[in-house]
Amino acid sequence: MNTQSTSLFSAPRLGRALRILGEAPLSAKFGLLVIATYIFVALFAPWISPFGESEIVGKKFLPWNDQFLLGTDHLGRDMLTRVLYGARNTVGIALLTTILAFLLGGILGILAAILGGWLDQLMSRIVDVFMAIPALIFAMLLLSIFGTSILNLIVIMSVIDATRIYRIARAVSLNVVVMDYIEAARLRGEKLAWITVQEILPNISAPLAAEFGLRFCFVFLTISALSFLGLGIQPPIADWGSMVRQTAILITYGDYTPLIPAFAIALLTVAVNFIIDWFLHKSSGLKDEV
Amino acid sequence: MKSDSDKPCLLEIDNLYIEGFSEGIWHEIVNGVSLSLDRGEVLGLIGESGAGKSTIGIAAMGYCKAGCKILPGSSIQFDGIELTTASEDEKRRLRGARIAYVAQSAAAAFNPAHKLIDQFSESVVQHGVGSREQAYADAKELYSKIKMPEPDTIGFRYPHQVSGGQLQRAMTAMALSCRPDLIIFDEPTTALDVTTQIEVLATIRDIVEDFNTAAIYISHDLAVVAQMADRIMVLRYGNLVEEAQTRAMLANPREDYTKSLWAVRTFKKTVSHHDPSSDPLIRINNVCATYPKAPKPVLTDVDFEIYRGETVAIVGESGSGKSTAARVITGLLPPTQGTVVFEGDELPPDYHNRSTSELQKIQMIYQMADTAINPRHKIRKIVGRPLSFYLNMDGDERNRRLNELMEMIEMDPKQFLDRYPEELSGGQKQRICIARALAANPSFIICDEITSALDQLVAEGILRLLDRLQKELSLAYMFITHDLATVRAIADRIVVMLEGRIVEQGFKTEVLEPPHHEYTELLLSSVPEMNPDWMDNIMAQRSEQKGLQAAGN
Repeated sequence: MNTQSTSLFSAPRLGRALRILGEAPLSAKFGLLVIATYIFVALFAPWISPFGESEIVGKKFLPWNDQFLLGTDHLGRDMLTRVLYGARNTVGIALLTTILAFLLGGILGILAAILGGWLDQLMSRIVDVFMAIPALIFAMLLLSIFGTSILNLIVIMSVIDATRIYRIARAVSLNVVVMDYIEAARLRGEKLAWITVQEILPNISAPLAAEFGLRFCFVFLTISALSFLGLGIQPPIADWGSMVRQTAILITYGDYTPLIPAFAIALLTVAVNFIIDWFLHKSSGLKDEV
Repeated sequence: MKSDSDKPCLLEIDNLYIEGFSEGIWHEIVNGVSLSLDRGEVLGLIGESGAGKSTIGIAAMGYCKAGCKILPGSSIQFDGIELTTASEDEKRRLRGARIAYVAQSAAAAFNPAHKLIDQFSESVVQHGVGSREQAYADAKELYSKIKMPEPDTIGFRYPHQVSGGQLQRAMTAMALSCRPDLIIFDEPTTALDVTTQIEVLATIRDIVEDFNTAAIYISHDLAVVAQMADRIMVLRYGNLVEEAQTRAMLANPREDYTKSLWAVRTFKKTVSHHDPSSDPLIRINNVCATYPKAPKPVLTDVDFEIYRGETVAIVGESGSGKSTAARVITGLLPPTQGTVVFEGDELPPDYHNRSTSELQKIQMIYQMADTAINPRHKIRKIVGRPLSFYLNMDGDERNRRLNELMEMIEMDPKQFLDRYPEELSGGQKQRICIARALAANPSFIICDEITSALDQLVAEGILRLLDRLQKELSLAYMFITHDLATVRAIADRIVVMLEGRIVEQGFKTEVLEPPHHEYTELLLSSVPEMNPDWMDNIMAQRSEQKGLQAAGN
């Protein structure tokens, strides 16, 4: 924005960020640690995993042993390798989907709040129609129509989730739009883009950020569910949801292996929620966050 | 009402310390204040915001807000009961029954989903004072006693179906429902118009006298407290500054701070008369305006002009259309009829169609500085935006101008430019709003009730600042206010509005000197004066007039 504010990104700000982190409750620290681990694994999967993602390395359904720490799956691929790659695929796709959903739903929601009138009515009613259809069934329907590519999966999921975000963004923006500073900006002659990005967005970022964490979990679980049902991420790409399905038969034999990708899903969900709780607590109680 | 105990005092607060928790540390709100209150006595607590007067008021009920705590060693004795150690159960039995509370905003204090009379009866039934039927009968009697219209049926309305003044009176009646020994009035008239305020004040005083109830009356308005209280305590930063009988304190304040509170109303700008041969800066021609879906027009044939370098005060009660006039001028509400002519050119009715330079020339300052500046922007951005938007300034040029503007509003640029609004006090925020308006280089500024949310000393500072800027930059102000003291201080000319019409306009001296228009007279006479007998006189006068009118009919 200007020359003086850049200096603020230096040491003191970093120090403050570290201090806030230090004051975080144990649950939030745990959540951060888990997420950091997932990100690390997702980024470096090819280097830390012992085999290739879809490489057939042994017999089917081998038990846990020294060579294959978590055994092999129904095609003879190393489970550990696939769990590590799963972080990259499942989490990466969920993250991309959530970001797209927020861009779409968030911007339209804010615009609906600013402009109001028939545009707001039109968009809100379309969203109502979308929301009347159960998300998972709607996603399955659309995936069956358009085919199950990763691109389709991301687009369809983000459109469906954007409807939820649209409602929240519109609702919180409506509270901000009535403020005098918005009126002042309008009377100044500001363009729509400035009012959206500069005046409204900073004031709704806290609830939106909390919603982002929550929405990420939902998307993530939905993708896993879709994969489990065979409509999500397609083989041979490693993905936790479909891994549970592919090895589900082992449960009958008292083997824990299918629970490991399920546990990976559960752990991430819990970790993200810990952080959301902390974030919500901070933004509601203290006012000094930037 | 209750037993005539031989204890001399009804309420005895000794050495009260209260701390509040914010931004990670505990700091003191009340520092060792002691007070005592006899039965039937009215004590006035006076101070600016942050003086701790409301905190003391609710502490008298043994309560303190979330995030606050009463420190050990403090003692609050109500009729021999120590409230700091009493159990919640004990305190709950007292509250509503023997100690009642009247809040500042009746609109926010009533439950909108229940009828007035049911809310009246609730505490009566809860405390086992009487049955619902008895409470209903009592409510009707009280409503007629405080001269509510249609006392038998008004209780069956919902809070939104009565006016603000009536609601405040209904709340006073409600506080009386169990005939308490003590009522705490927390700024009960601050949100009301002067003409309504006087009615509510009269009600409160009658009730306190008739039922011999003790009261703590909290207000920042000295003139109001002077009417109500037997004794006044002046508070500042949680400390007691001065305490005396009302008449003694008014006649002879001892402390400098108390004197400064008196002195507030001394500022008066020198009236400037515009050059009659010059063209007006802005002319409002026979404007009529209606809000969509409103049954009747909000403005009817409003016609006035404002000249360069002068201040025109628009005076009226809430609902008189004075803020709507501002909305028409700024283009937020296109008029149904009439035009706004600025510097000789007719302005497009809708602000969307106005050019940037037309928007730039007319700036606005709002009543609530809190909501008028974006809490997520730094001061640098708030004040700097008009500079880059209208004047295409950036880099050093912009920074130089920012420093200049901050010095104009008497705030240190180094200290304040990189702060967020929440790190500023109310008066400082309002100054930032002024700086933002000035940044656009306007010739005309609309000030909408800009001092009504501020303490008197702070408001005075803002008025002086505006006056100085007017002289330096020859700005024209349209000053919307319901506060006649402000009008006296700053106006050159006055426009009096009632129900969307202009009832009188002219130079300050003409409008404020008799003979007045009937409504102006009512407005002027309703402004509390710093004289403890003022209300008695005015009420006597008015009932006399009513009597005469009735006799005439």
